[in-house]
Amino acid sequence: MIAVLKHELSGYFHSLTAYIFSAFLLAFVGIGALIYNIQSAIANFEYVLGYVCLGFVVIIPILTMRVMAEEKKQKTDQLLYSLPIRTSQIVMGKYFALLFVYLAPLCIAALYPLIFAQFGEVYLLTSYCSLFAFFVMGAAMIAVGTFISSLTENQGFAAGIAIPILLFNYYSVTLAEYVSATAAGSAAAVIVLSILLGLIICYLTKNKNLAYGISILMIFAVAAVYFADRSRLEGLVPDIMTKLSLFERFYTFVNGVFDLTAIIYYITVIIFFLFLTVQSLEKRRYN
Amino acid sequence: MITVEHLTKCYGGFTAVSDLSFEIDEGHVYGFLGPNGAGKSTTMNIMTGCLSATEGRIRVNGYDIFEEPEQAKRTIGYLPEQPPLYMNETPAEYLRFVGEAKGLKGDMLKRQINDVAEKTKIEHVMDRLISTLSKGYRQRVGIAQALLGSPKVIVLDEPTVGLDPIQIIEIRELIRQLGETHTVILSSHILSEVQAICEKVLIISQGKLVAFDKPENLEKLFLASNGICFTVEASKDETAEVLEKIDMIAEWKIRLREDDRIMVNIKTESESVSICRELFFAFADRKRAILEMSSKKANLEDVFIELTEGEKGGSEK
Repeated sequence: MIAVLKHELSGYFHSLTAYIFSAFLLAFVGIGALIYNIQSAIANFEYVLGYVCLGFVVIIPILTMRVMAEEKKQKTDQLLYSLPIRTSQIVMGKYFALLFVYLAPLCIAALYPLIFAQFGEVYLLTSYCSLFAFFVMGAAMIAVGTFISSLTENQGFAAGIAIPILLFNYYSVTLAEYVSATAAGSAAAVIVLSILLGLIICYLTKNKNLAYGISILMIFAVAAVYFADRSRLEGLVPDIMTKLSLFERFYTFVNGVFDLTAIIYYITVIIFFLFLTVQSLEKRRYN
Repeated sequence: MITVEHLTKCYGGFTAVSDLSFEIDEGHVYGFLGPNGAGKSTTMNIMTGCLSATEGRIRVNGYDIFEEPEQAKRTIGYLPEQPPLYMNETPAEYLRFVGEAKGLKGDMLKRQINDVAEKTKIEHVMDRLISTLSKGYRQRVGIAQALLGSPKVIVLDEPTVGLDPIQIIEIRELIRQLGETHTVILSSHILSEVQAICEKVLIISQGKLVAFDKPENLEKLFLASNGICFTVEASKDETAEVLEKIDMIAEWKIRLREDDRIMVNIKTESESVSICRELFFAFADRKRAILEMSSKKANLEDVFIELTEGEKGGSEK
């Protein structure tokens, strides 16, 4: 794992990736600090982070798009498979390298509250707890991006998929308000989702029976719940959309609450998507 | 050293390798021969742990490649068909990464990198970007990578494909040298190459092993008799008369050419030179001139065509 980590890091810092990512992130933070802190004369750095996280929709996919896709394209994945290291170690090594690249500009951003503190009273605890949550949230998105990159050998495609997914995630709370909250509407949406899930499973596993099985089982489950107790389905879809939002949970930190459940939520997302990445890489051996 | 038992690999409905079994001993250069799509690369990928098998077992130096992949992979170095190189790195950086991933550290790592660079003669390009290297050098870097960690077995998938003749000779020489200290398995669809370097040949066709022997034995096996072909100025009957008197000739075919000359194909199990001599004097005594005479020695090409076509015929029935 250490070998992969070192190799990836040297790759990022030899190429422009790490620098461009840092430059973008710091530019966003700088502009945010200018608008929220300096112009408005407010010392709360966490507001800046709340604003900057929209930038993740673009910069995280750009950072993660090549991580797995490039290996497949250059056929270097064969080297990784033939080396005496486990797939999980490869994924962990690559993921930690990404985290390191992401952490570097954050260390510079961490100076802002200290600078502001020179000129007045700053509540550092909120600022730094928010910064920590900001890091963990970004880490969760990097895990999502890593997984998407492992699905394809085309970097552009990886970014092209990751950006809309993160954008949808960003707006999911706003969109949730427009989604039908009635039981029938929810049931219909869940059925559509079941079919979509079936199609994705079919694409990933090439196992039609499994895909049909899962889709049909889910549709039956929804129908059963619908006819048994309709009220349970009311507001289900908007609720799921809100719960899935990675960004929404971060605003709790911006508002000055250190929400441990959110941290655990992010870590769960990280583990889940890294697990999927390992499976996605392992799957290539079973083609 | 490597035992492959009943290996089968299916891609969807297509069977790439079917029920393949063979055993490879220590310290030889083995050649994997087969037409394109015969399952050579698939077998090699499975042997090195890059691909899973649908059925069957492979043991590498006593370790099961599926159950103890890490130990097994440590004893095997692999160069896939397309060398897996990071184009934006130098060979030095690349080899350092591979060495570290193979568990080498500190002085040991440095020593091994220098060692493999010397063996593959890439010392003078160690600090150039791999993307600027020629194909031959990229291939060498790929081989250097496989040599790191001093594995007992080295697997090379079509190592000379796409190289120019001089590079091919250099790589072959390198492989021959490696064969002195390692067990080398290489695949190829070029027969002369396998004949030139390998001590034992495995011929695969349509995912099945059709032959496994020394190149010399394979030749003997499939054209047990050598052939001689000559053209003579004589009549058919006279030629037959002469041929009957020579004991060493087992079988012949006489054909009248358009220009009224006689062409004869002879099959024999004896040494061809002595028969040529006999024929020459026999016809010379009768004042009949032999215009052309050549002895035909079976080569791997014939063996290969015979084996793979036989296989095709068999499966069509």
